[in-house]
Amino acid sequence: MRVNFTVNGRPQEADDVWEGESLLYVLRERLGLPGSKNACEQGECGSCTVRLDGVPVCSCLVAAGQVEGRDVVTVEGLADYAKARSCGTSCGTSLDEAKGWQARGTDSQTGEGTELAPIQQAFIDAGAVQCGFCTPGLLVAADEMLEHNPNPTDADIREALSGNLCRCTGYEKIMDAVRLAAARQGEAV
Amino acid sequence: MASPSGTPTKITQGSQTKGGIGESTLRPDGTLKVTGEFAYSSDMWHEDMLWGQILRSPVAHAEILSIDTAEALATPGVYAVLTYDDLPTEVKNYGLEIQDTPVLAHGKVRHHGEPVALVAADHPETARRAAAKIRVDYRELPVITDEASATAPDAILVHEGRDDHHIGHVPHPNIVHRQPIVRGDVEAARARADVIVEGEYTFGMQDQAFLGPESGLAVPEEDGGVHLYIATQWLHSDLRQMAPVLGLPEDKVRMTLAGVGGAFGGREDLSMQIHACLLALRTGKPVKIVYNRFESFFGHVHRHPAKLYYEHGATKDGKLTHMKCRIVLDGGAYASASPAVVGNASSLSVGPYVVDDVDIEAIALYTNNPPCGAMRGFGAVQACFAYEAQMDKLAKRLGMDPVEFRRLNAMEQGTLMPTGQPVDSPAPVAELLRRVKAMPMPPERQWESSEGADVRQLPGGLSNTTHGEGVVRGVGYAVGIKNVGFSEGFDDYSTAKVRMEVVGGEPVATVHTAMAEVGQGGVTVHAQIARTELGVAQVTIHPADTQVGSAGSTSASRQTYVTGGAVKNACELVRERVLEIGRRKFGTYHPAWATAELLLEGGKVVTDGGEVLADLVDVLEGEAVEVEEEWRHRPTEPFDLRTGQGNGHVQYSFAAHRAVVEVDTELGLVKVIELACAQDVGKALNPLSVVGQIQGGTTQGLGVAVMEEIIVDPKTAKVRNPSFTDYLIPTILDTPTIPVDVLELADDHAPYGLRGIGEAPTLSSTPAVLAAIRNATGLELNRTPVRPEHLTGTA
Repeated sequence: MRVNFTVNGRPQEADDVWEGESLLYVLRERLGLPGSKNACEQGECGSCTVRLDGVPVCSCLVAAGQVEGRDVVTVEGLADYAKARSCGTSCGTSLDEAKGWQARGTDSQTGEGTELAPIQQAFIDAGAVQCGFCTPGLLVAADEMLEHNPNPTDADIREALSGNLCRCTGYEKIMDAVRLAAARQGEAV
Repeated sequence: MASPSGTPTKITQGSQTKGGIGESTLRPDGTLKVTGEFAYSSDMWHEDMLWGQILRSPVAHAEILSIDTAEALATPGVYAVLTYDDLPTEVKNYGLEIQDTPVLAHGKVRHHGEPVALVAADHPETARRAAAKIRVDYRELPVITDEASATAPDAILVHEGRDDHHIGHVPHPNIVHRQPIVRGDVEAARARADVIVEGEYTFGMQDQAFLGPESGLAVPEEDGGVHLYIATQWLHSDLRQMAPVLGLPEDKVRMTLAGVGGAFGGREDLSMQIHACLLALRTGKPVKIVYNRFESFFGHVHRHPAKLYYEHGATKDGKLTHMKCRIVLDGGAYASASPAVVGNASSLSVGPYVVDDVDIEAIALYTNNPPCGAMRGFGAVQACFAYEAQMDKLAKRLGMDPVEFRRLNAMEQGTLMPTGQPVDSPAPVAELLRRVKAMPMPPERQWESSEGADVRQLPGGLSNTTHGEGVVRGVGYAVGIKNVGFSEGFDDYSTAKVRMEVVGGEPVATVHTAMAEVGQGGVTVHAQIARTELGVAQVTIHPADTQVGSAGSTSASRQTYVTGGAVKNACELVRERVLEIGRRKFGTYHPAWATAELLLEGGKVVTDGGEVLADLVDVLEGEAVEVEEEWRHRPTEPFDLRTGQGNGHVQYSFAAHRAVVEVDTELGLVKVIELACAQDVGKALNPLSVVGQIQGGTTQGLGVAVMEEIIVDPKTAKVRNPSFTDYLIPTILDTPTIPVDVLELADDHAPYGLRGIGEAPTLSSTPAVLAAIRNATGLELNRTPVRPEHLTGTA
């Protein structure tokens, strides 16, 4: 079958999709978006978390056909998504910014120069990334929580991220990262 | 007196270059990992690639009477189906130490999930369905599941005709390896004891549960070879095992490390490496294999479950007199790392205590249970769980405080191990206990709030099972000792290639090793070492592959020590060459060039007084310096097979924990409130990463204390819970705050004085939690993990 849907703001068309394929498989293997991870493929680990019409879901549990005509945000689109949210409808380049613009290449080895969402930067700064396999799902889930709850308590953070397994960090640095992102978000307002 | 080799006469070359060792520099792969662009092994993709699928045995022990692949082969979209008969050479087995593991089963399967056949197809579902069409006729055999059934006089041999180097000293062919250790006179010491405590302990089978599943992409090459992009812990060990089975010289099997989603020991053995290469070579197409979580539980070895029998004695003033123990590890169907796990379990069975008179025996069994091998802590974990329970029992019998009792018996620098080896670097066991005890306690009844009980802070959590009724608190302590690096005479070296040149008008160092970055942050540390030793800002970390010499395994807490040591050594050699070039070009301009005390600092050659002699850009103009060199830590010796004596270990690592738990005694639910850790790390090359390792290791110890266990049916030897639905690992709700106190007492034998740190926190975490639960409930609790039925008396 053919599935048409929007991923990170861009219309996508996936052809020859077998009816049993998950959204996760289509993203990873057909659309070249492997950022959403395949740690369990049984809806237990949260590593494949994406936003489906704004709602965080395990993309391994969503049949590809179910996303026909709908809107998906993955970790690859998180920075743009967060940017669009933070500047609302007035998103554009100011004249001053435009004058000061400089070419800034992205280093393909390290990704240096890439524009990041605040939660992405906070994960790096706080040491919340080790092997990184849980990171994309946690970022999507944490970003969604901060959207609704900009001043979470520790218990709120733990509850919101309880569907995302991490095996490396013991979660302490992930807590630090979410607190840091919330604090920076607060300062920016 | 001359320094022993390897002693750092100068801790660093003195460079203050930004981003060097001791700073919490950020991961070089961090940005790629948060944007989803970091390419893990399961993300590999190739035009025209096929998907590989493994057919696994549904039973634990059976003869294979026949295999019929016709229907599978006839399935549209299927390119190849392979069985044992299709293996290309006479070498059909592999293994880390003993080559006892068939690439594909031949005539017999020895455990549930053993690989039997392979399929390559154009879609993973096509491959799965075709595999299901392979008809295998099994005749089931009785299963060997424990020591009694393994060593019974009429026991079926799991492996007939063993000819490995352990068969000569084991009492039964179903015992992989046996290591006794005897020192002193146990019976005489026993007679001096005022109290004697005995215990029989059970340690459940833990899974590494790394999140990135076993996966990789094999690409056939024009020269008849194959290039494998793979997640592993040791590229060269994989290569050594793969090439003979593939019938290729090692230089025709190219290996590149793909992104690794955690390891924890579970990637020390091969999984799908050979299978993907076989299918790629057969079909002439790239082949990708990705396990799902169900298959991953069958696709790697687990932590050895163990039975541990201990006896300790002590005088009434609290000094340990003697220790006797017997540790029985279940190695499952294939040897994997069992012999080395036996060596660790026996040599570390006393724990970090002074006990002069010991009688120790550790064995690993061959059974039809799932194969067990390396997991973080490697034999030391099981022993620590038991000896720490014994320490609490002794303290209780003597009416002493459990921490004071431990401190009274704590080893220190100079203490002899049961193997007779002196501990020749700081062993701050008493100090770690003091520190962890001195940390502030978490407040009582922290679930109480103005709006009533916050159930998220209580046992049972959001299941809303209690608002504080029946909840009691307990506190427990534990401390452990882990060896660092490969022991028992293993030639444990690493190779580093370091290049220095001018790129874009700037001096740049490139570090190339085959070290498997599995998340631990070795790549971060390598760049820091290069900055410190070469005084440059820009360091490029070359992808890990087999185009450079072996870096050994990312295990045994060894990579920062050994590959870090190799990078440091190669940088020092590069530095000498750079200074030679400088002397040749500019030596006549300044007399200081003739002195030995020159540094590379901030991109310049400077004197130790800070005077700039030359810019590295000028020194290196038109020249590049490159050095590839192996580096070794101090050699070790094997343990004597009768007495266990020998200088078998390189270095030790110590951590202590304090656990605070709350237990709902009515439902048997446990909430760990806090798990504090104090650890000596020698020198924290990257403090942020060090703390991350300690917290992660602590959490894996917590998991096996209260939830993690692979359940193997004792009647059928079949795995009953191969999923994250049924095998539970700690979530963020299960994991408490983990305050960490890092001590830095240099080991003068190690680069920068550092200590391998990754495993020690996994040891003491589990017994500390168990001690806290015992303290809360008054129950004896001789097994881990603790389940609700053990706390409610309904087991």
